[in-house]
Amino acid sequence: MNGALVQRLAGGRAHLHHGPIDVVLRGYGPADQVAAAEAAAARRFAAILDELVAELSALRAPMPAPPVTGTVARRMRAGCMPFAAQGVFVTAMAAVAGAVADELLATMREAAPNLTRAFVNDGGDIAVFVAPGETLDIALAVDPGGQRDGALRVTAESGIGGVATSGRLGRSFSLGIADAVTVLARDAATADAAATLIANAVDVASPAIIRAPAESLDPDSDLGARLVTTRVGTLTPGEIAAALEQGAARAVRWVEHGLILGAALRLAGAARVVGAPFPILTETPP
Amino acid sequence: MSEHRLSAAARSQRFGQAEGEGIIRCDACPVLCRIRPGRSGACSRYANQDGHLVRTDPAIALAHQVEVGGPVVAFAEGDWDGMLLDPSRAFVTGIGAGTTYPDYKPAPFIVGATHHGVDTVTIVTEGIFSYCGVKVKIDTDRHLGPEAAAVRAKGEQVGHVTTAEYGSQMLSLGGVRHLTGGSKREGNVTCETLLALCAGEAVELTIDGGHALRVQAGAAPVVDGREEVRMRVGCGSATIGIFAQQWLGHVDEVIVVDDHITGVLTEHQAGRVLGMTAGGIRVRGRRSTPGRYFQVANPGLGWGGTDITDPLAIIESIDAKIAWPGLRLLLTSTTGEDALYCVLDEELRPVEATMPDAVRLVVERIGENCEPSLCTVIFMAGAGGSLRAGVTENPVLLTRSVASGETRVTMGGAPCYVWPGGGITIMADVMKLPKRAFGHVPTPALVAPIEFTLPRALYEQLGGHMGDIVPVEALLRGLGEQLRVEGWIPGNPWPFAKP
Repeated sequence: MNGALVQRLAGGRAHLHHGPIDVVLRGYGPADQVAAAEAAAARRFAAILDELVAELSALRAPMPAPPVTGTVARRMRAGCMPFAAQGVFVTAMAAVAGAVADELLATMREAAPNLTRAFVNDGGDIAVFVAPGETLDIALAVDPGGQRDGALRVTAESGIGGVATSGRLGRSFSLGIADAVTVLARDAATADAAATLIANAVDVASPAIIRAPAESLDPDSDLGARLVTTRVGTLTPGEIAAALEQGAARAVRWVEHGLILGAALRLAGAARVVGAPFPILTETPP
Repeated sequence: MSEHRLSAAARSQRFGQAEGEGIIRCDACPVLCRIRPGRSGACSRYANQDGHLVRTDPAIALAHQVEVGGPVVAFAEGDWDGMLLDPSRAFVTGIGAGTTYPDYKPAPFIVGATHHGVDTVTIVTEGIFSYCGVKVKIDTDRHLGPEAAAVRAKGEQVGHVTTAEYGSQMLSLGGVRHLTGGSKREGNVTCETLLALCAGEAVELTIDGGHALRVQAGAAPVVDGREEVRMRVGCGSATIGIFAQQWLGHVDEVIVVDDHITGVLTEHQAGRVLGMTAGGIRVRGRRSTPGRYFQVANPGLGWGGTDITDPLAIIESIDAKIAWPGLRLLLTSTTGEDALYCVLDEELRPVEATMPDAVRLVVERIGENCEPSLCTVIFMAGAGGSLRAGVTENPVLLTRSVASGETRVTMGGAPCYVWPGGGITIMADVMKLPKRAFGHVPTPALVAPIEFTLPRALYEQLGGHMGDIVPVEALLRGLGEQLRVEGWIPGNPWPFAKP
C-alpha cells in the first residue's frame, strides 16, 4: 500500500498525493511563513485519508446520517447540511474534496498567520485565502485540460473562500448533464456540495442522454442504484436551454437564501451565470 | 526480475485482488476501491483493463489511458509542469508533421521506439490525398432525394446520394472527379465541403429532386430546416413484431405507417400468432406478405418517411363483412412521433377519440426505443501513391505489408479500416481524429495525417529508410515547443501491438 506523497512543483507550488486525493497548494508571504504553512499542511495531509476511510460508510449514507468525529468528516457534513435541509438528496461525499481543501487551508493559516494569500486546489475544488488589499486570479476551464473559458479575481471583500467545479466532465458521477458547474461560496466544502447538487439539477428528458445505475459502474458508489449520466449526445438548443434553466433555478434559490455567492453553469457550449456580482464568465446562449 | 513477474497478470496480483463479476479490489491505497472492468478507481491512476489492474497516467498527455484523468483547473499563473512525458507512452501523429511530397525524401518523422520489448518504427507524415472523400450516414427515414441524385454545396455538385441503409440515408461526397475533374469552382467548393465535414463543422447541402440538408459529424441532421430527433425503431413490420404483445387487449387494429414497409397488426404474422381477429381494414400499396405493404404512399417528410400528413388517407377500404362498429384503431409512425387513435362508428367510419393511457404508453415506448438521429462522417482515401516512397524504397512491399496486417495504419492515431485488395484504401471516422487534423493544398486536395507502425526488423526488410530513424526520446526533446501534446482519444486502440 502506498502512503502520502509530497512533491515540489514549479512556481512555488507543492503537490500532495494520497490515493484518490491530489492537492496542489501554495502560500504567499514572508519566506518563513510560507515554509511553516507548507510543512504544517504536509503533516496534516498524511493522516487525512485514513481518517476518512475509517468513517467512510457513515459518509456515504444519505443525509441526515449518523454523526461523524473527524474534522474533515465534520466539514463535509457541515458543507452538505444546508442543502439536505432543503430536502435535496445528498451524501457527505458531495463535499469531500472541498472539505479536504478547507482543512489544509485552515492548517496553513493557523501555522502561518502572516500569509498574504494562499490556495489549496483539491482536484478542482479550491479553498482560497486573500488578505485585504491582495488579489488572487483563478482561471476556469469547462473541460479538464481544455481551454480556459473564464477567469475570476478573488479579493478579501468578495467574501469568496471556496471555488468548486462539478459536472459530467469531472471524474465523479453526476445525476445531471452539466458539463461543468462552478460555484463560489464562503468555503470550499459548501462550494463543492452546491456545485455537485446544481450540476445534478441541470437535466432534461431527451433521447440523447444515456444513463446507468451508479452501482453498475462502481459497486461502492454512494449513489447506489440512482441513474448517473454516462453519455450525452447532441442536444437541441431547446433542450440545452431547458436543462440550464433547471439548474439555474436551484442556483438562484440558493443565492437568495445566502447559501452560495454565485454559480456558472455550462452545457454544450452554452453558459448561464447566476448571482456573483463579479464577472466570472460571459453568458453564451445555446 | 523474470519476464513472468513483469506480466500484466503478475503486476495485477501484486496490487489487486480479484472479486466476482470481474471486479478487482485495488490495494494501492486505504480506499480499497472495487473496480469494475473498463473502469478506473477513484484516483484515476489504477484501472481494471481486461481483468488486470493497470496503472494509468492521468497527468500525462498523449498517454494510453482507460479513462481520461481527473479535473484540472489551471491557475492563471502557469500550467502544470510537474511531470515529464513518458516516451514509452507517447505516440507521434502526422498532424502538423508536414509532408515531403512528392516523397522522394524520407517521411518527416521516422520514429523508433521500444514497445513491450519490440523495437518498433512509426513513419509519420501528412499525406496529400487527391483521391479522397467522405461517406456520410444520416440517420433518418425521411426521403432526402432519389438514389444517384446530385448533392450540391453552394450550387456545385460535390457528390451524390448512394444506397440507403437500415434506418439511414447515405451520401458519397468528394472524390477525384469533383476535386480535380470538373471546373475550378467545383473543385474548390468540394474541397471546402470535405474539409468542413472532416473538421466536424456543419455543412449546408441540397439534393437535386430532393431536399435541403444540414450535415455535421456527431450532430443530428436538419432536413428542410427541421431537426431530426429520432431514428425509427424499425420498419413498420418490425414495429408490429416488437410491440404486438403490448397492444393485445388494448386495441383491435394497429397500422404502422412507414415508407418502406407499412404493417397491419391483425393481418401480420405477429397478430395471427396472438389469435387476433381480422379487422377488415385494407391499406393502399402493394402487399408483400400478409400484413406487410410496400409503397402505401410517396416518399416525403410526413408520417414515417412518407408524404402522408392525414394518416386516414392510406386506408383504401373497410370491409363491412369483417369490421365492426366500435373497432379500436391505432395509426402510428415508426418513431412514435405521429400517432392517431380512432374508433369505428356505426357506418364503420374511423372517428378520432381520446387515446387510452395503455395505448399511449406503447406509442411512447416506440419513441423511447428509437436511437437519436446522428450524422456520421467517414473519411476515405487512397494512400497507395508516391507517399509510399517516403516510407520505403520499394513501395509495393509496404502495400503488401499493410494488406497482410503486419503494418498498422493510423490517421492521427485513429484506427483505419484498410479495404482488401490492391492499393492502400483506408477509411477512418473523422470523430476519432484529434481536432484540426485535416488541411488542404490549392490543387485542390486534402492533407491528412497518416502513420505506419511496424516492427523495426520488418521495416528493414521492406527497404525502409533505416538511417533516418530517430529515437522517440530525441524527437520529443528536439521538437520542444513545437510539440503539441494532446491526450489519447479514449476508445482508440493503442497502435503498438501488445505482446
